[in-house]
Order: sequence, then structure tokens, then C-alpha cells
Amino acid sequence: MEDAEDERSFSDIRGGRLSLRCRDYSPYCREFGLSSARLSLRTLTAVTCAVWLTAYGLFTLCENSMVLSSAIFITLLGLLGYLHFVKIDQETLLIIDSLGIQMTSSYASGKESTTFIEMDKVKDVIINEAIYMQKVIYYLCILLKDPMEPHEVSQVVPVFQSAKPRLDCLIEVYRSCQEILAHQKATPSP
Amino acid sequence: MVLKAFFPTCCASVDSGLLVGRWVPEQSAAVVLAVVHFPFIPIQVKELLAQVQQASQLGMAVLGTWCHCQQELEESLGHFLEGLGTIFSHDPWLQLCREKGTRCWSCKAIYHQVSSSPDTPSEDQVMLIFYDQRKVLLSWLHPPMTVPNCQAGDVTASARGLAAIFDTVSRSKMLFHSDRFDESPVRLSHWQSEGVEASILVELAKWASGPVCLLVASMLSIISAAVSALCVLPRLWNLWPLSFIRSKLSACEQLRHRLEQLSLVFSTQKAQSPTQLMRKANMLVSVLVDVALGLLLLSWLYSNDRIGQLANALIPGADRVAEELQHLLQWLMGAPAGLKMNRALDQVLGRFFLYHIHLWISYIHLMSPFIEHILWHVGLSACLGLTIALSILSDIIALLTFHIYCFYVYGARLYCLKIYGLSSLWRLFRGKKWNVLRQRVDSCSYDLDQLFIGTLLFTILIFLLPTTALYYLVFTLLRLLVVTVQGLIHLLMDFINSLPLYSLGLRLCRPYRLAAGVKFRVLEQEAGRPLRLLMQINPLPYSLVLCTYRLPSYGCHPKHSWSSLCCKLFLGELIYPWRQRGDKQD
Repeated sequence: MEDAEDERSFSDIRGGRLSLRCRDYSPYCREFGLSSARLSLRTLTAVTCAVWLTAYGLFTLCENSMVLSSAIFITLLGLLGYLHFVKIDQETLLIIDSLGIQMTSSYASGKESTTFIEMDKVKDVIINEAIYMQKVIYYLCILLKDPMEPHEVSQVVPVFQSAKPRLDCLIEVYRSCQEILAHQKATPSP
Repeated sequence: MVLKAFFPTCCASVDSGLLVGRWVPEQSAAVVLAVVHFPFIPIQVKELLAQVQQASQLGMAVLGTWCHCQQELEESLGHFLEGLGTIFSHDPWLQLCREKGTRCWSCKAIYHQVSSSPDTPSEDQVMLIFYDQRKVLLSWLHPPMTVPNCQAGDVTASARGLAAIFDTVSRSKMLFHSDRFDESPVRLSHWQSEGVEASILVELAKWASGPVCLLVASMLSIISAAVSALCVLPRLWNLWPLSFIRSKLSACEQLRHRLEQLSLVFSTQKAQSPTQLMRKANMLVSVLVDVALGLLLLSWLYSNDRIGQLANALIPGADRVAEELQHLLQWLMGAPAGLKMNRALDQVLGRFFLYHIHLWISYIHLMSPFIEHILWHVGLSACLGLTIALSILSDIIALLTFHIYCFYVYGARLYCLKIYGLSSLWRLFRGKKWNVLRQRVDSCSYDLDQLFIGTLLFTILIFLLPTTALYYLVFTLLRLLVVTVQGLIHLLMDFINSLPLYSLGLRLCRPYRLAAGVKFRVLEQEAGRPLRLLMQINPLPYSLVLCTYRLPSYGCHPKHSWSSLCCKLFLGELIYPWRQRGDKQD
């Protein structure tokens, strides 16, 4: 029972670089971490310059220095808000046999938001197709069931929503998850 | 299934002993609640477990052994611990072991019954999950996952999944009463072993809460009896004006709401569930914050003679508004926006409204010497709370713009009459009639003189329509402006009323108390050792805290949708922006 770690690079639906890290803690516990590219300095400089040039233009029109200070304020607040609420750096999927599946999203500011689904509620993990804007994409999702009605799907929870990897990456994750879920289905709960 | 052993983090460094807790067979999980230290007498341990089982209605048992020693399991200790397995028979029997000073854990689970030959015990994989006992004890899971009890006899609510773990820990409070430093025959280690937690202030508050609640409840009942007696006593008066005024003034509604809340908070009944307790706490904190803000406002208003300044600014303000209205009416009486009005009707309506404004101004000037005193005394009511002060402000605005309300009603009634007349005469024009019995339009044969008079009236009304419609439009817009201002004040009041400050504060300072779920973290692992996880509490997000614990307000939201509102405006029906509960439909 060695702790194996594996890191590979894939691409997302727009062609950006992603890196998938699979960690095998034990035969019944695996973790998949998908990291996307960090905020690039180029985009940040471009957006800041655009906002400040507009503010300067407005200032020359109306001669009110409040415009400049409010532009600085808006840029700072916007950047902080973007880092804390929008930019997801890493998404992790931790699957533990007979306990459940946990999904964590880490934001660029360090905030982490976690969801844990108990194994009672998990029906299956599948790859599904969806129409997203003008594309048809594949995404991995967890099918949930109500423990009272084991034959009906009550909810579909998509995984890796912000990274959006392509099919090759999804197949890797899917195969690993199915190995663990097969184990869990073979030994049903007493 | 992999066997899960839930182990409290506080017991990770205690001396060797027996593991005591609950076995949940549906999930193959062993929840360890405490460690019993050597020396002990097995009979006394079994007695203690029977007592705890009776108090908590959960199956308590000795789950296994815990060994915390220098090196790997010594021979003699190992045999001793295995011997214990025969005294306290439990299937599966856990053997947890940790080397002192290191992070090397090992655990084995031995099953006696499953294997074919009864002599050879079989082993299974074990997963160690650490949990913080104190936090799990104090937290409430949202949504509560226990299945409601159907019969009275069935006391054990079966919690599913991880809620069973929370349930187990919270029900076993009796086990945590005695400690290893006590003189009792059985020495236990659990979360209280690091120092029994209690707060003098909390204990004193609990002692004092009973008598204080009684006192305040009696005071409140006296107050509410006095208030109702005050309204009932002048039976000589017609009861209708007083109750009508009371229902229209939002200050009275707000006062009643606050009195209700206070009586609920200080009622002598204990809270049945955590939700009720939170609601009471939220109401109390909301009232206290409201009163504090009101006192702040009071101190600001009464310093530097601001009340005097306000009173002095009020009369010129009302004069200004009346002047603007007069200008508006003069404009309407001329050729507003280039439209051509019907001269006679225009003059009549304009003069009628101008006379009203003149009456209103004289009334205001009559009141002007008393305004300052009235404001001074009314401003004192801000000490009852900021919401009361806001509701009084809203009422003052309503009173000061009463003439705009009157104009709106006149204009709307006139317009409504005209519209209904027009629709009825239009039907006559086409030779139809409204059948009241069948609620539909039927054809009808009219006499010639009926048709003649009907068509004449129809043309008169049609040509007078632009004038009336313009007056109606102008006064409706003014009325909507006043209603918007009042609506904003009410929105603010509603916000202050319904904000659950105690829950938000709890979520900020003690996030483990409000739990949305759990999260796991894999701890560092070595080859050949069992998997170790740390279970932490996932706190409820702020939006869910607001949704779940929002205090009910006395509901003055408009019941119209936008389309019905536009319909009513077009037809000239009067709009009542908010209805208090118990109001009759007009």
C-alpha cells in the first residue's frame, strides 16, 4: 500500500493547460487534483491600464479628481473580489470507499470551499455530454440517489466545473473512480 | 466494507486502556467516545456503560483496546490486552496502538463470528478517522437528518450516515461527567480531561434566567393589558375611528410586533429544539441592537438643538411643497406640454385643487407654534428602538403629504367613473349590454331616445377624457413618489427586523456550531500503516444562515404583480400599497 503520486498535463476545452495529479493513498482512497493556469501578469496589467486610461479620459472631461480615486478603488476591489470569489486555482476530488466523495475548490486568495457526499447517496460516476454555448463538451458527474429509492437518480452533480478538462483527462479519472466504486458495490452494506 | 474507527483527537496522547463507545453496524463504524484507564474492575465498567446506555438510549460497549507505549507492542502487554478481549466480548474487537512520540499508528480489527472455524479470528482493513469531540458535541447539523419518531415508544431516532456520529456524541453527555482525575472507580479520558470547561457567567445567567423571565413576562402582560384597556375603555367613542387609525399608523404595528417578540423571548417555556432557541436568541439580540441604535439616534438628535432646527425647517419645507403644487396646477390649467385642454373642466378642477392647497397651508400655519413641542416629545420614542423611530418618520411623511393622497383619490375616482361610464356607453353605441346575471356582454335593442342620449353622453365623456386623464396621471405620479419613499423606509425597517444577528455572529465567531456537513483531510501516511483521516466540520455558508434563521416580519409586502398593478392604474382603481394583516379589503 504505497502512496503513489502521478502528475500529467492535459488541456481544457479552450486549449489552456491543466495539470492532473493523482494520488493513491490506499486501495480504497484516491485523490485527483486538477490545477489550472494562474492569473497571468499580462491580463492583469492590460485590464488595469484600460480602466485607468478610461478614468483619466473622464477626468480630463470633467476635472473632478474623485474619478481617479474611485478608479483606483474600483480596480483594487475588483481584483480582490475576482481572486476571492471567481478565480479557482485548483479543484480536487477525493474518493474514499465506504465513506464518500469530497470535492474541494481552492480559490486564488486561498479560500477553500468543500462539499462532501456520503456513499449512501452516490449511485454512480459517469461521463456525460452537454451543449455549452456553441460546443458539445464532456463532463464528469456524480449521480445521486435517495437512500429510500435506490433505483432513481435524484440529482446530478458535475465535477471540475471551472477547469473543464477534455475527454482524455476525464477518462483517466473515470477509470480510477470506477475501480473504487466497483469495490464498494462488490461489498454491499450489511 | 472497510471498518471505520472514529477516534477523538483528545485521546491521541493518553495512556493505554480500553476503548469505550458505540458500534454502528449499518456503516461498519466504531465511534470511540472515551478511554478507560488501568486499573479497573470489569464489573464497574459494565455498570457504567449500562447507566450511560439507559440515559442516552444508544448501545454502548467496550470496543477494543488502546495501547500507547514506548516501542512496538511489548509481549506481556500484548497478551494482557488480548486477554481483555475475552472478558468484554465484542465483535469486531479493535486493537489500536501508537508508539509514544511518533506518528506511527497501527490498528487491527478481529472478527470472531464470521469465520468458519471459531478458533481462527479474521482481520479486516481499518480506517482511522480523527474527530474533535468538543466541536462535534456542540455543533448542529443542517438540515437535521434524523427520521422523525412515529410512535411514542420508539425513542431512538435513527440518524442516517454521518449524522449518526454526531447523534452518538451529543447523546452521550453522561459519559463525559466523570474524569480520570476524579475519585470514581472508573477513570475515563475524553474531551473534558484537558480541563473541565465551564463559564461562571454562563452558569450564573442560567440560574438567573428563570426568575428574570418570570418577572419580565409578568411586566409585559401588565403592559399589554394596559394598552388593550386603553383602547377598549372609551366605549363612548365609536370604536371604529380608533382601530382604523391604529391600523393605518405603522408605528403601532411595529410596537405590537416588538411586544410580541419580547413576550416570546421571555416566556417561561423552555425552547423545544435548537431552532426555537436560535429564534429566541435572534429576537433578543435584534431588540437589544435596535434599542442601542435608537438611543444613539436620540443622543444625536437632542444634541446641538437639532430638534429645534428640524422643527424650524419643517414649516418652510411644507410651504415650499405647497408652492410647487400650486405652480404645477397653474401649469395644468394653462397648456401643459402643448396639449389643448378643455377650458371649463380645466378651470373647475384646477380651482378645486387650489382651494384644497390653500386649506392645507392654513392648517399647517395653525399648527406651527406647537410643532416643536410635538416633535420633541415624539422624538423621545426613539429610545424604544430605531425601527420605531423609522416607523414614526414614515407616519409623519404620510401625514404631511395627506393632501397629495387626497388629490390622488379625487383624481382616481373621477377617472375611474369616467372609464366605467365610457365602457358602458361604448357598449350602448354598438348595441350591446352587460348581462349581470350571466356575466357577459349580450346584444340588446335600445329605443331611439336611449341611443340618442347615450351617444351624446359618450361623445361628451370622450372629449373630456384627456383633461381628466392628465390630472389623474400627474397626481398618481406624485402619489407613487410618496409611496416609494415610504416603501424604502419600510424596507429598511423590515431588514432590521428580520436580520438574524445572533446566528450571523455565531457563524463568524464559532463556525463549528452551525454545520452544513463534514470535510475530510488525509493525514500523512506511511507504507504499511492504516489510512488516517481528519474529519472537520464544514460550516454553513452565510447565505444559508440568513435563509434558515431569518426572523418573520409582519409582512407588509405588496400582493400585486406588476401586470395587475398596471391594469389597476389604467382602470383608475385605487391602489393600497401595503396591507397589514387583518385588514378588510376595501
